[in-house]
Amino acid sequence: MSFIDTLVQGVLLGGLYALFAAGLSLVFGIMRLVNLAHGDLIVLAAFLLLVLVTGLGLDPFLAALLAAPLMFGAGWVLQYVLLNRTLGKDVLPPLLVTFGLSIIIQNALLEGFSADSRRISTGALETASVGLGPVTIGFMPLMAFLSAVAVIVCLNLLIYRTAIGRAFRATSDDAVTAGLMGIRPQRIFAMATGLAMVVVTIAALYLGTRANFDPTAGPARLIYAFEAVIIGGLGSLWGTLAGGVILGVAQTLGAAVNPEWQILAGHLAFLAVLLIKPRGLFPRAVD
Amino acid sequence: MSLLQLERVSKRFGALTVADEISFSVGEGEALGIIGPNGAGKSTLFNLITGNVAADSGTIRFGGADVTGAPPMARCLSGMGRTFQIPQPFEKLTVFENLLVAGSFGARRSEADVHERCAEILADTGLLDKANVPAGGLTLLQRKRLELARALATEPRLLLLDEIAGGLTEAECQALVATIRAIHAEGVAVVWIEHVLNALTSVVERLLVLNFGRVIGTGAPADIMDSRAVREIYLGIEI
Repeated sequence: MSFIDTLVQGVLLGGLYALFAAGLSLVFGIMRLVNLAHGDLIVLAAFLLLVLVTGLGLDPFLAALLAAPLMFGAGWVLQYVLLNRTLGKDVLPPLLVTFGLSIIIQNALLEGFSADSRRISTGALETASVGLGPVTIGFMPLMAFLSAVAVIVCLNLLIYRTAIGRAFRATSDDAVTAGLMGIRPQRIFAMATGLAMVVVTIAALYLGTRANFDPTAGPARLIYAFEAVIIGGLGSLWGTLAGGVILGVAQTLGAAVNPEWQILAGHLAFLAVLLIKPRGLFPRAVD
Repeated sequence: MSLLQLERVSKRFGALTVADEISFSVGEGEALGIIGPNGAGKSTLFNLITGNVAADSGTIRFGGADVTGAPPMARCLSGMGRTFQIPQPFEKLTVFENLLVAGSFGARRSEADVHERCAEILADTGLLDKANVPAGGLTLLQRKRLELARALATEPRLLLLDEIAGGLTEAECQALVATIRAIHAEGVAVVWIEHVLNALTSVVERLLVLNFGRVIGTGAPADIMDSRAVREIYLGIEI
């Protein structure tokens, strides 16, 4: 495997990590809620896609289209009914509740689907690729990267160009004053989590089609998402993409040296960034 | 019929009574000034009216409906606009975006006409050249103007002003008074808490005096300023 090919695979993998991270970043940015169940929600969405693909015989992309509004609804209700109650001056309640939620999701999936690892099949697309000299670009990894870019472009347009986006930012700035402007903060938060679940569904599509997953796969995805967000710097979605790419490249380079070093290399890159720039590479970048 | 009506509204914080059976009303398009020494409960009174603080007892009616238990958002939508003594803009949003939020949600304007309406308000309040500056970077006068502009963008029938002239120079104050007078002339009712009395009395038709959470007098500004109770309270405070 050539160095350039490794680099390109790493960048494409970074797109997947950015997808993991975008929803986490969105929710944290708007309501300062650290959702420890984020990784498990991605795995939950992957199982939902699996059911739609194997049960109804749907194409995975079509299944994602169907699952997205379902996940939006689930996220909306989850935030409105449960998580809104945990928000306040104390940072501990949301951490405890989402940690509990993480355990509940893992065990419910274990009960429903057993511990077997699964995979969502994309048929011929699974092995489809384009060869460019020494570099081979797989169709699905490329789609994952392009989807990450599309998600970030769409989220930025939504946040900076629409009325609901301005309400997101106003509520994030000062929820009490937002109420005086006719905004219902609880609904804004519910909307944000619903939106994050749509991104989670897209992430789940590429997670489930790329590699095997099982009910306990969530926490590791959460760690990658955290690392991507923090490498990129809080408050910038493009920074999150850059963070995902750095993590992805570090992992594939590590794996090229020794397959056992993949995860370690990613964490080391994360630590290196924290040492050099503790606030991330692009803190509060203008985007 | 009066636009805003308070009947025996009370609020206690522990042993401290900050509103003691307060009753008064404001008519459609009327301008009422509220004066009283620091700690008299003036800002708390506004919090009770807008719903940021819940009343212990009494009723608050707005536009004929009982809003005593309604959340701030509902009161905003029914036509209450408010400025804070310490300006609280959305710091990371631009000045224009601050107004757009108020216009889209507070006045339920569509995206198509909210921009035009908010641009008019920016021009009226002298903030047009600051439209695209993040609100966090404004000076005190600009922040006070933004408070006013943002409250106007919710298209209120009743505008509650909390010491909006405080801390401004004489010239700045006069410009602001002119703006407020123009808003009032358009038929918006105004309730204005202010220590800068000459600014206040140049706009309002009636004064209400508050002390220790109690209404101790209401009437025409000239009569109020002559009354003994007010002179006693304000002795030592600039008039």
